[in-house]
Amino acid sequence: MSDHHHHAAPAVDLNGPAWGGKISPFKVSYGKLMMWFFLVSDALTFGGLLTAYGFARHAYTGAWPSSEKVFTHFPFVDHHTPMPLIYVAFMTFVLIVSSVTMVLAVEAGHRMDKRGVIFWLGLTVLGGLIFVGSQAWEWTTFIAGPDSNFWNFGPDGDNATLWYNSYGAPQPGHEHGDIAHSPQHYAMFFFFITGFHGFHVFSGVVINIIILIQVIQGVFEKRGHYEMIEKIGLYWHFVDLVWVFVFTFFYLL
Amino acid sequence: MEDRDDIIEYSLYSHHSEEEGKKIRKKILFVTILLTIITTAEILMGVTLSKGKMEHTDAWMWIKLGYVILTLVKAGYIVIVFMHLGDERKAFKWCILAPYILFIVYLFVICRHEGLAVIWGGGYG
Repeated sequence: MSDHHHHAAPAVDLNGPAWGGKISPFKVSYGKLMMWFFLVSDALTFGGLLTAYGFARHAYTGAWPSSEKVFTHFPFVDHHTPMPLIYVAFMTFVLIVSSVTMVLAVEAGHRMDKRGVIFWLGLTVLGGLIFVGSQAWEWTTFIAGPDSNFWNFGPDGDNATLWYNSYGAPQPGHEHGDIAHSPQHYAMFFFFITGFHGFHVFSGVVINIIILIQVIQGVFEKRGHYEMIEKIGLYWHFVDLVWVFVFTFFYLL
Repeated sequence: MEDRDDIIEYSLYSHHSEEEGKKIRKKILFVTILLTIITTAEILMGVTLSKGKMEHTDAWMWIKLGYVILTLVKAGYIVIVFMHLGDERKAFKWCILAPYILFIVYLFVICRHEGLAVIWGGGYG
């Protein structure tokens, strides 16, 4: 622990009675507490989205596409070689590893190890960028449809939109040569849930970059603690947590 | 904020030493390996016991339950260890977990109930 961080002891006893006044009963700062409350509200938003997904999806049991038949592509691999769910597994792994590097950045912050924080937070930013890029590739592949041709948005193509997609079993009345033969909700929920989540990842990456710059500038060394890393770490872990649920409910179940 | 005596910077007093850091990093590594193993198991299940193949069997309900349990275990480790909620005071932990768990359980129950009512009632309208 470095020696030049001399801070006067607080005027009140932090280990006194929790509800005796003058100190936080939870012994946490306002910023951290508010970040937790925000995460609960955001988790409720995603909980709502996923429950709506479950509600709609079960109306279509049978016609609902099996995701391991839809998500079979891998970058640079010819699309006639199906690799079911492998790229999604890679994305999940990238996000989990970026969560781990974020925890290690927080741990380095607790030891006032500025270079450690920069290293691990930098890796977290990289992991986030790989995930967002991967998600963009997934969307492109998904929109391109089973014929893997992204640029054919005409009525004779099978591109997935919010209204039509070609992934499911033919619906009654739409068996012959009609692209509107799959539950509309499948593509709709794919875009909404992964889009909301991807936007959270993107905003997380932006915030991480801003704080990384502040770390490099020495803002937190001067402040005496790296609590900001903890706070953005909470947001980043939340993003990972949501993906764990989206991955299970959309891709596996 | 050293010029104010009414705002306490709790994080000024929560640093830890290099030796404590070593123990913490070991715990992080353990949880990382655990999460990787669970994710790999889920992927293998997803590919071999796939929905397309197993949806209409009796085993499908148990496979679904397996996925949900594995996901909840992962979520638990991420919240308790990575987000350090396990290191916080008990009152704070429950302030976060209790409302959320209560609401999610309710949401699941009510949506399942209403969804089944729609399906068994012959659809909408």
